[in-house]
Amino acid sequence: MTNTPEFSILAERLGVGYGRQIVVDNIEFTTSPGALVVLIGTNGSGKSTLLKTLAGMITPVSGRVTVLGSEPGKSPRRVAYLPQHPVSSHTLPLRARDVVAMGRFAHLGLFGRESAIDREILQSSLERTGAIEFADKPLRDLSGGQQQRTHLAQVLTRRAEILLLDEPTAGLDITGRQATAKIIAQERGHGVTVVLATHELSEAKDADLVILLAQRVVAVGTPDAALRDEYLRECFGFTQPH
Amino acid sequence: MNSIFFTPFANNEFMRLALFASVLVAITCAIAGTFVVLRGLAFVGDALAHGVLPGIATALLLGVSGIIGAGVGAVVMLSGVSLITRRYRLSSDTAIGLLFVGMLALGVIITSRSTSFVGDLTRILFGELLGVSKLDLVWQSAALLIVFAVAVIARRPFLLMSVDEGLARTSGFNVSIFQNLLLAMVGLTVVASFQTVGTLLVLGMLVAPAATGALFARRISTMMLVASLIGCFASYAGLLISYHFDLAAGASIVLVAVVIFALSAVAAEIRRSRRNRHDEIPHQHEHSHSVRP
Repeated sequence: MTNTPEFSILAERLGVGYGRQIVVDNIEFTTSPGALVVLIGTNGSGKSTLLKTLAGMITPVSGRVTVLGSEPGKSPRRVAYLPQHPVSSHTLPLRARDVVAMGRFAHLGLFGRESAIDREILQSSLERTGAIEFADKPLRDLSGGQQQRTHLAQVLTRRAEILLLDEPTAGLDITGRQATAKIIAQERGHGVTVVLATHELSEAKDADLVILLAQRVVAVGTPDAALRDEYLRECFGFTQPH
Repeated sequence: MNSIFFTPFANNEFMRLALFASVLVAITCAIAGTFVVLRGLAFVGDALAHGVLPGIATALLLGVSGIIGAGVGAVVMLSGVSLITRRYRLSSDTAIGLLFVGMLALGVIITSRSTSFVGDLTRILFGELLGVSKLDLVWQSAALLIVFAVAVIARRPFLLMSVDEGLARTSGFNVSIFQNLLLAMVGLTVVASFQTVGTLLVLGMLVAPAATGALFARRISTMMLVASLIGCFASYAGLLISYHFDLAAGASIVLVAVVIFALSAVAAEIRRSRRNRHDEIPHQHEHSHSVRP
């Protein structure tokens, strides 16, 4: 772990969007290593846009954001991103194991040779997510939940300091959701910052910071402060049972 | 029996040269074609194959090598696609479609200016496999080496881009550079292959063996190997068929490759339905047990 700044993520008057089109404006927050930040909102509320900005896939429209002290996208080895619907093309002849191993490519670059440590990390990620059960099956033959676990294992294989997870529990049953929550808790225990986008209020209960989005910032704060009925009504149109 | 399968190659140097050339093309196309299939670039491959036409026609008009003309045509085509998608925010298939018909029309206009081009046009479109020289083999070997080297060096970004461009970008690879490298690799393959199978048929060799490999392979390397073997077999079988039945050599090779794909697709479907039936039987068995008192 090199170049450790005070905040793992710092956003000041951040505006995120596509081109000049702002989706969410005036986002302000900071996180420390080991924190869990949960982004909550309906579809199109700006959760994925914010995550893509933090991942360096799109440039901020306005304001300032730093990830591990530098511009987003400048530390690919230290930041891992799990997209909302990872592509699982039917033409791809890849086993789940190969997809997970791709998580090491950020470290290996073009010419790096896979070492025993890389193989150890791969095995550990497969075991932690339960993807070891279907590691040698082709990705195209796996169920939606199994594919989701495969992609989560790939993200873990990065051994990053920040995990940006866009709805990692979508398509998972209750056991899968619990297993994912356990993995997130373990990662935080190792000092990894996790930013999680979700629709599920229950996934925000252990968060250090909740950001409620509805194409604008509705509320930012601890779960108790941000998930109040008036904010939820504003965000979802109704209150949800806690 | 041996006389049917081996004598045409043993007795005729032009058949041996044609076999060497088509095998080199088959392996080059298998490597590039694997990424064409994985990245869904068949339309780009098709457009490149047609886009080189005005370059070749102009080169022949000026008395320059067709390969140089094809290379210039490929560069113009790829630069045009890149420029239109970047500057005008049009989707790449619109840009490719525009340039594809534009370049094809230009090629036809250039060739239509001279009646002496009629034979050349047929040669450009369908190849002249039986007229391949030893120098052509040197060109094709060089192209194969370059394509192989690019595929080995850039295998990681190419693989990531095949799964998800965002994944490649967040892994620290410059997607724009590697996308252009991939297109250049496809361009080189088209340029190196047009003399053998022709610009119209090169797409068949790029796509058919790789698509067959994708039906059965569980790994990219296996897909590439299967595609190479199928391409080599199609080259041998196509040449034999063309020799014995007096058919166009390039077209025969491509047709064999496409027929192999069709048969493989049927076999894969049968295998899948058998596996599904096999998976259902234990469930039915389980169910029948569960309803018993």
